[in-house]
Amino acid sequence: MSRSFLILFILLWHAVAFETSGSAAVLHDHARPGHEQQSITNREIEWPSKADLARVIFLRDYNTRLVVVSASLLGTACGLIGGFLLLRKRSLMGDTLSHATLPGICLAFLVLTSLGGSGKSLGGLLVGAGLTGVMGFLSVLAIRRVTRIKDDAAMGIVLSVFFGLGVVLLGMIQKMPEGSAAGLESFIYGKTASMVLGDFFVISGVTIVALLVCMLLFKEFRMLCFDEGFAATQGWPVALLDAIMLGLVTIVTVAGLQAVGLILVIAFLITPAAAARFWTHRLSTMLVLGAFIGGLSGWIGAALSGLFPRLPAGAIIVLVAASLFLLSMFFGTARGVLVRYLRQTQLKRKIGRQHLLRAAYEALEAQVSDPERARVENQRIPMQDLLSSRSWDLKVLKKEIRSAYDDALVDSYDDEFLVLNEVGFVEAAKVTRNHRLWELYLIENADIAPNHVDRDADAVEHVLGEQLVEELEKLLPAYQDARNLPMPGSPHPIQGGVE
Amino acid sequence: MIEWYAIDTWIVVTGMLCAMACAVLGNFLVLRHMSMMGDAISHAVLPGLAIAFLVTESRASFSMFVGAAIVGVLTAVFTQWVSRFGNVDRGASMGIVFTTMFALGLLLIVQAADRVDLDPGCVLYGAIELTPLDVAFELEWGDQVFDIPRAFVTLSVVFLLNLGFVVLFFKELRISSFDPALATTLGFHSGTLHYLLMTMVAITTVASFEAVGSIIVIAMLVVPAATAHLLTDRLSTMVILSMGIAAVCAGLGHLAAITLPRLIGFEDTSTSGMMAVVSGGLFGLTVVFAPRYGLIAKKMSQNTLSAHPRDVSSNPTVSN
Repeated sequence: MSRSFLILFILLWHAVAFETSGSAAVLHDHARPGHEQQSITNREIEWPSKADLARVIFLRDYNTRLVVVSASLLGTACGLIGGFLLLRKRSLMGDTLSHATLPGICLAFLVLTSLGGSGKSLGGLLVGAGLTGVMGFLSVLAIRRVTRIKDDAAMGIVLSVFFGLGVVLLGMIQKMPEGSAAGLESFIYGKTASMVLGDFFVISGVTIVALLVCMLLFKEFRMLCFDEGFAATQGWPVALLDAIMLGLVTIVTVAGLQAVGLILVIAFLITPAAAARFWTHRLSTMLVLGAFIGGLSGWIGAALSGLFPRLPAGAIIVLVAASLFLLSMFFGTARGVLVRYLRQTQLKRKIGRQHLLRAAYEALEAQVSDPERARVENQRIPMQDLLSSRSWDLKVLKKEIRSAYDDALVDSYDDEFLVLNEVGFVEAAKVTRNHRLWELYLIENADIAPNHVDRDADAVEHVLGEQLVEELEKLLPAYQDARNLPMPGSPHPIQGGVE
Repeated sequence: MIEWYAIDTWIVVTGMLCAMACAVLGNFLVLRHMSMMGDAISHAVLPGLAIAFLVTESRASFSMFVGAAIVGVLTAVFTQWVSRFGNVDRGASMGIVFTTMFALGLLLIVQAADRVDLDPGCVLYGAIELTPLDVAFELEWGDQVFDIPRAFVTLSVVFLLNLGFVVLFFKELRISSFDPALATTLGFHSGTLHYLLMTMVAITTVASFEAVGSIIVIAMLVVPAATAHLLTDRLSTMVILSMGIAAVCAGLGHLAAITLPRLIGFEDTSTSGMMAVVSGGLFGLTVVFAPRYGLIAKKMSQNTLSAHPRDVSSNPTVSN
């Protein structure tokens, strides 16, 4: 009896401790040691109890709920807009804009103080930040428009000059007698875990605006991303659209900056969109997926930092997003590393196989005195003939042959001779025929000299599909005989060692 | 009335060295569309600092420097990997890498923070105003004694290294910046050169941070080179011009930092910030007044064209 009381007591105490320290200190950003309020000696990570786990997962705690929902809302908005930035190769715009807000914050502080206010009214500082943010992106656009400086250097210039101006102003503010500039830097570093209801409203407002604008201007933004010049010739206000897009980035950056900090906003604008790119080739799918990945990493990261109160929330969210990015990079179904590797090996194998078969067929052809009339027979082929036809050595050649043998195209082989089986012979004839057809097509329709055509044909013939071969046959009527598949003679002498 | 002391001279000289060291490399960053590298490295070195501290248990500046430099190079390597293997835009991969590194660094610092005050703000950013106070050695020259600041020694070494690198590899850098494929066919590996350049950038960035602060580095890697780019079409001229511009920025920047704030009732302000602002001002002036690519010059050549349309139509290459 007394024991169950003890357990209950401990549980309750845990809950209370989490409530009191949890709302303020536990969920505080521990990035800056100056804000360290907890134990100084214990640096173990405490594993959460089941009660904490349930609390965080079901969002029972008010503060957790606020942080988790705000972080994932912001992630959604950033992931969406980040998609456009990624396609315009301007991913680092968030970086530039977040640095460009510093002089605005300082100016707003100076103005508010000189007007007799406290200097730290949230609204005033946000307006200041937004103002220089807008000036920042307008400068980037102007530099790109009137000079030959490229986007990346324009962003670098704006970032460093604006940030430098901010540092200058900050240097003066810190020497002010009031010395009340202490909190200004939290604008730069953020404080993800101590968000308040006001932050939540700002973030949800910005998210809604971003969603609406992206939906309304989807077609225009898409055009801007893929073919700016075409959009301009169609009479669309390209500069205005560009400004609207960057305006969206600015409001998201400013809202996020003060709620979650600089690094998290920058990461949110880049990582989810880049991760989504690996899964699809469709813009709309990519945007939705990017928004989803952003929201998910915000959710998981904020929940994790609720569970491990000693870890800074912003950093955890960035790392969650980066892990999702890594996962997508390897396993993404459209452009992932793995998929592309598989595709490449397959193509390589196909090319190697076709090279072998064609070399074999041409060697057989050489054995017949008059290939135009006499039929090419499937005989044994001297290895020496194969070796001299292409720049490969015996090892590579035997590897190719072994793989063909495994696929039941080769009857037998040793160091001296190769014998194709019937399937392999037919396949070899087909491959050679495709190559010749393509060569003839190039000579007749692309005016390529016969002694140059082999290499050009080689670059394309491996990807010729059935349909394309049929079209070639139509274009070259002499060889259009479905049953006999007449073999065109090679338009050039077949030499050894030609790729 | 300007009060100028020996200390101000040292600040300007140190600032010039740092600015020129950055500008000389910045030319190639701008040409390779990697201008944001300085900013990326300046954020990304955090885990290097934290690991160096956790391993050596001290805040000795040399181990910190080594840690940061290694992580700086790693940042460049990872960026290259992500953009090559993942087929991701270079800017985006840079952003992903440096935010992730910074987040890792924050986590590590939380681990270290209980034992020491390892404030990223303090570790990362030296202040150029304080450099003359950290004296490396005294130099007697005639009957005068000079206190040589440590930052001056470090930055001289870095500057000479960078200058030597650029002079030695000028031909290779030029070809690989403009045409990496040609560079490879000519028989030297442009990838190796790229990593070498990135290593130099990382070392310069970290050494300069530690000595004079990050904002100078970020600004001087981009702005002087971009300004010079608007003034000339020759790479060698551009490199020399960018160094000159960087030096002018350092001098004017410090002058502005100790004079301008007086006009609105403050004593002085950050020299590094002011150097960035001055470089921005010079860039703005160049955009307007540059002899060939400036706004005015362009406008004038347009007017000339429209005033004498026949000159154009009589030109045989234009007529068909």
